[in-house]
Amino acid sequence: MAKKPQLAVDTRPWRDPSAKPFVRIRNVTKKFGDVAAVNDVSLDIFKSELFCLLGGSGSGKSTLLRTLAGFEAPTAGTIEIDGQDMTGVPPYRRPVNMMFQHYALFPHMTVEQNVAYGLKRDNLQRDEIAARVAELLQLVKLEDYGKRKPDQLSGGQRQRVALARSLAKRPKLLLLDEPLGALDKKLREETQFELVKIQETLGVTFIVVTHDQEEAMTLATRIGVMNQGEIAMIGEPHDIYEFPNSRFVASFIGSANMYEGIVTEDEPDHVRIRSAELGCDIHVGHGADCAPGQILWWAIRPEKLVISRDKPLDPGPDGANLLRGVVEDIAYLGDMSVFQVRLESGKYMRVTRTNARRGDPDAITWDEKVWITWADTAGSVLVS
Amino acid sequence: MTEISLRSAERPWVGFLRRLRIFNFTGRSLVILAPALWLTIFFLIPLAVVFKISLSEAAIARPPYLPLLTVDPDGTVQLTLHLNNYLFLLSDSLYINSYLNSIKIALISTVIALLIAYPMAYAIARAPEKWRNILLMLVILPFWSSFLLRVYAWIGFLKGNGVINNVLMYLGIIHEPLVMLQTDFAVYVGIVYTYLPFMILPLYTTLVKLDQSLLEASADLGSRPWQTFLSVTLPLSMPGVIAGSLLVFIPSLGEYVIPALLGGPDTLMIGRVLWDEFFSNRDWPVASAVAIAMLLVVVVPIMFLQKAQSAVVEAK
Repeated sequence: MAKKPQLAVDTRPWRDPSAKPFVRIRNVTKKFGDVAAVNDVSLDIFKSELFCLLGGSGSGKSTLLRTLAGFEAPTAGTIEIDGQDMTGVPPYRRPVNMMFQHYALFPHMTVEQNVAYGLKRDNLQRDEIAARVAELLQLVKLEDYGKRKPDQLSGGQRQRVALARSLAKRPKLLLLDEPLGALDKKLREETQFELVKIQETLGVTFIVVTHDQEEAMTLATRIGVMNQGEIAMIGEPHDIYEFPNSRFVASFIGSANMYEGIVTEDEPDHVRIRSAELGCDIHVGHGADCAPGQILWWAIRPEKLVISRDKPLDPGPDGANLLRGVVEDIAYLGDMSVFQVRLESGKYMRVTRTNARRGDPDAITWDEKVWITWADTAGSVLVS
Repeated sequence: MTEISLRSAERPWVGFLRRLRIFNFTGRSLVILAPALWLTIFFLIPLAVVFKISLSEAAIARPPYLPLLTVDPDGTVQLTLHLNNYLFLLSDSLYINSYLNSIKIALISTVIALLIAYPMAYAIARAPEKWRNILLMLVILPFWSSFLLRVYAWIGFLKGNGVINNVLMYLGIIHEPLVMLQTDFAVYVGIVYTYLPFMILPLYTTLVKLDQSLLEASADLGSRPWQTFLSVTLPLSMPGVIAGSLLVFIPSLGEYVIPALLGGPDTLMIGRVLWDEFFSNRDWPVASAVAIAMLLVVVVPIMFLQKAQSAVVEAK
């Protein structure tokens, strides 16, 4: 449901160094007392992007969103939206609208009045407002609910009213704080799809705050992973998952096996890492930014590992990338199985395997001795 | 199972309750029995007595009115209802004027109290949480001393050579003392001062529950702070406004002590008229008629406002 990848560079402006960002966040810091909720964040967001700020609770993602909306003034740094400096501009003068986490619908107004609220502030004609409200309610498929009060609606309907209300003023930038957080899983999946569709139709720039990595992966053109008030990594969903830049990102997004090691060979075309934790050498088939003798970490996703009963024929050079272990636990998830393998070094490794064969009678089972191997480009070398 | 039913059958009151249930009387009704009894003994019966007196005729006797029921020597029982006490209230402009004046003073006091209490309640509700209870405490603090004492204290402030006049003269703002005591102004000061906490507390409880994100949403949609106040804060705090207004309006309507101590001889309020009728004229029937009429004057706005309040609450 993410936007269809298009090859032209101009649909991915972040890859074009000369492109002019729509939202420019420069060295923004927000302190509450002595605690920095947002710490020196710089971020460029481009027009029509669907940018996700992803992070755990207390990572500063909501605070950053609130500084964009104007509810919090940054302690330091500047925010520019569409070329205009937003310092000191109150929320009601910003070309920005926000969809609140718990929707913040006005309980004493009907759905129509809620949606019309922002339009009335623009001194529009009454029939103009009515036409726009009808159009928005149609967009979110709530035509028949205009006369209801928010407490007569279900959670999903309220979410859509909130969306319609925040879109009413045709903002250049829409901020969404956990837009799907209060919905159940099934409804969330449907709504994700609708949200992307609406975003594509209207061409509005979305900044979405979420703690749900699946949601971020599904929605976003790019993701900014936040940790303790700082941006840990910015990238397309695929980059964030496959090429994490730090131990934090590798373990926060998806699951990863991570081991400490020391660099023994550092060549332009390969790196060799000796890891006592892992119990074998790691041969990495590409150069990395490190030096011999450096202690670093190596991470690999469970699905990139190959588990087998028989010794694989083509492991890495000089016995690298090959491990023995005992299956200690298996979680059968239907589409795949997760194997918890105890390595000879005493550490554990998570391996997943697609259940390609139906009811496989010859499947690897508990307490079996297995071999594990992987391609020499499958893991990530992490220096921080 | 059998044991339980046996045991409940042993309870002596079970059969009694079952018989009561025929009359739609269940154990649940016992819960409201105590307040119902209380209201009957201390409110309804005295009210009935007052109503009875209001229909009798004044006399120099003890008690100073004639009984409604008289037994003639020939044995016929005669019930005499003197409605002329009520007609008297209508014929003498003193009563109507003092009713109207009471309503006017109570209304103006309520509006002033609302205007003062709203910002205070708002400030307390927005204060840091650790401060809120202390501030509320300060609001309630005056109740710890006698009401009468506090009204007397205002005499010391307002009188010709009282605190306010002395300070203003010392500062050279005025050269002659202002006449404040024994005016309507002093009555307003007294009523607003006395009943302000009753306005602040219900306002505070609605304002403290107000969801901050609603105000942010309003600002986000282009409302300036005053527009947000008028279209979000005020409508959502209406239950508090109505409750507080009732709590100030009703007692100040029948207020006796404050106009008696702070008001001038021309401050007509129904509480004072009632007092004079009862204690100075010893005309119990007319005094009772005044009281019953006042009750009606109070009850009508209460019913009206309560209907409005429940409408607001339902609309939420």
